[in-house]
Amino acid sequence: MRLDVKKTYKLFIAGDFPRSESGRSYEVKDRKGNFIANPAQASRKDLRDAVLAARNAHSSWASATAFNRGQILYRIAEIMEGRSEQFVSEIMAMESVSSKQAQTQVGEAIDTWVWYAGWSDKISTVAGSTNPVAGPFFNFTVAEPLGVVGIVAEERSSLLGVVLGLAPVLAGGNCAVLLASQSRPLSAITLAECLATSDVPAGVVNILTGLGDELTPHLASHMEIDGLDLSGVDSKSATALRMSSVDNLKRVHSFTSEKSPERILSYMEYKTLWHPIGI
Amino acid sequence: MGNFEYAPAPESKAIADIKKDYGLFINGRFVASNSKKHFETINPANEEVLAKISLADEVDIDKAVKAARSAYVKVWSRMSGRERAKYLFRIARLLQERAREFAVVETLDNGKPIRETRDTDIPLSAAHFFYHAGWADKLEFAGFGARPKAHGVVAQIIPWNFPLLMLAWKIAPALATGNTVVLKPAETTPLTALLFAEVCQQADLPVGVVNLITGDGGTGAALVKHRDIDKVAFTGSTEVGKLIARSVADSNTPATLELGGKGANIVFEDAPLDQAVEGIINGIFFNQGHVCCAGSRLLLQENIYDEFLGKLQKRMSKIRLGDPLDKNTDIGAINSAAQLSKIHELSSSGQAEGADIWSAPCQIPSKGFWFAPTIFTGVTQAHRIAREEIFGPVLSVLTFRTPQEAIEKANNTPFGLSAGVWTDKGSRILWAGNHLKAGVIWANTFNKFDPASPFGGYKESGWGREGGRHGLGAYLKGAK
Repeated sequence: MRLDVKKTYKLFIAGDFPRSESGRSYEVKDRKGNFIANPAQASRKDLRDAVLAARNAHSSWASATAFNRGQILYRIAEIMEGRSEQFVSEIMAMESVSSKQAQTQVGEAIDTWVWYAGWSDKISTVAGSTNPVAGPFFNFTVAEPLGVVGIVAEERSSLLGVVLGLAPVLAGGNCAVLLASQSRPLSAITLAECLATSDVPAGVVNILTGLGDELTPHLASHMEIDGLDLSGVDSKSATALRMSSVDNLKRVHSFTSEKSPERILSYMEYKTLWHPIGI
Repeated sequence: MGNFEYAPAPESKAIADIKKDYGLFINGRFVASNSKKHFETINPANEEVLAKISLADEVDIDKAVKAARSAYVKVWSRMSGRERAKYLFRIARLLQERAREFAVVETLDNGKPIRETRDTDIPLSAAHFFYHAGWADKLEFAGFGARPKAHGVVAQIIPWNFPLLMLAWKIAPALATGNTVVLKPAETTPLTALLFAEVCQQADLPVGVVNLITGDGGTGAALVKHRDIDKVAFTGSTEVGKLIARSVADSNTPATLELGGKGANIVFEDAPLDQAVEGIINGIFFNQGHVCCAGSRLLLQENIYDEFLGKLQKRMSKIRLGDPLDKNTDIGAINSAAQLSKIHELSSSGQAEGADIWSAPCQIPSKGFWFAPTIFTGVTQAHRIAREEIFGPVLSVLTFRTPQEAIEKANNTPFGLSAGVWTDKGSRILWAGNHLKAGVIWANTFNKFDPASPFGGYKESGWGREGGRHGLGAYLKGAK
């Protein structure tokens, strides 16, 4: 019998897969307490590097055509489809669910990318407007990307939670720093491997694994993060994080709905432009 | 050619029937405050006392919130949109009917020129009610779901720079979407809000739908903290906005914030210069510069710097500062002694940090609070006058060589409310419009407002939009 080759689960920052600069890792076990892996335990410095990478990637991602962004998001779904088996086995190990339940989750995650891919060149049509002001002016409103969004992924399903956080943020033209589920981080890193081979520019998505209590306060207080998705945070911690996010007036949300244009618009800003009409 | 001489043309004060003292407007009538404490509101142009105003405390706030809750549960949330609309139309018409009276009272209380209250503040306030009246029975078509729902009781706090207009921006959408309101006007400009209470009575608006409580910063803080508030809306400084953001972060109450700005007005070399000069003047000296979206940083392309500055100073020399009630006045009084000292402090910092100051020659009246139209040249991005909101008639002039540099400098601020672009080239307008991080971009115009046009800021200029379909969403549950 052949001995299988195990994967080292690392961080995903600026398109690279580094270990934590702190040299730390932590143990992930299944429900029965059996060892699964030692993912990296990201530090505050790793988080800062991730934010910097996201900030640097933002202007070109935001100015890519919406059609182009949509194609890239669809490409993620294509690449994930080919990796389904790996996602299924990781989900089964982490969540102790049946193969059928894991397959359903993977299918749903892939379809979520497809759904949001189609939104990228439609959201501004649906949410924008021309405004009939009382004067000789042309006046219109468009929805624009917010910038860098920090995401604490939902815990209830290890892969789907990550995709539900990332897809709307990317569809709106934002970059992301995502904190994977502490106890179920493997799917997020495997997803990173898909992102790295899907024409998603380096830095557009950055994924950290580690301890939530250690990292989320820095995510909330970082002045270069413009928005927060706290869907994966309990309500008591969310209050503290909202408080420390006030210094740069982050747009903070948490969601119960899975697929909705509101999730995209939560991380977009409306810009209104006036110009006189005349000969 | 010298200046034309203008004969005084003052608007008559006779139309303004200002009472000696005012109570709080709770549950449809004026009542004395719990503490029986008062403060005075003065005319900033001559420092004369206009009226005694009640200071609301927590007991009064609780009464007002209870009145709003009761009106929401028993009346307003059960009323059809069609009927709500008619109340808003009534209010719009009453404001139009009493426009001249409102304009005079606003000018007396605020210090801004009658030309502006008459032509901008009051007509736009009426227009806001008229616009939102039309939404009240069409909410299911506004793109916020088939059955959009109101929040309930909304706490609203407004600033002193456009007292009635800010009240209209807050109350009109709140009522149209089916919310009831407790609103606190600014400490230094409560009179038109109290006059608006009479309009609510004349419109037979159900009692408790609109409640107006006067007071100071402490009153506002207590209102936001009240536990039976479903939504908060605030317009004011970024500093106070962050205090409110902390308060709602704790209670997890949805909030709209319209905060400060440090708007860049960019003039490219190909701009029609005379037209741009008028726009720059309007951008910074409209309403004494007490405008959150003022174009307070002028970015001039280097090769037109000398010519443009000459034109600007020449035009500034023709600005008429003086009696706000005079129909020829361009610049009125600074709203308060506190604001005047803030402007002086920042202006002194500009000189201390090495920028060159130039003020238009004009006669400063002996009484009241005044500040001559002023520009600073030789300003760097590090200077406080380039970074902090002055909220007065003070313009900081910077230069740039390339369009990219202009955008970089314009965006180099934690604020993101407004920006201006002056150029004859259409593609450059749209390019700059794409790259400027601001909620409102005025191209070859400035300081234009309309109820149909969303207004609000990026970054630390606030949360959400007011006006248009987008502003409506702020008063509906779950809408973005």
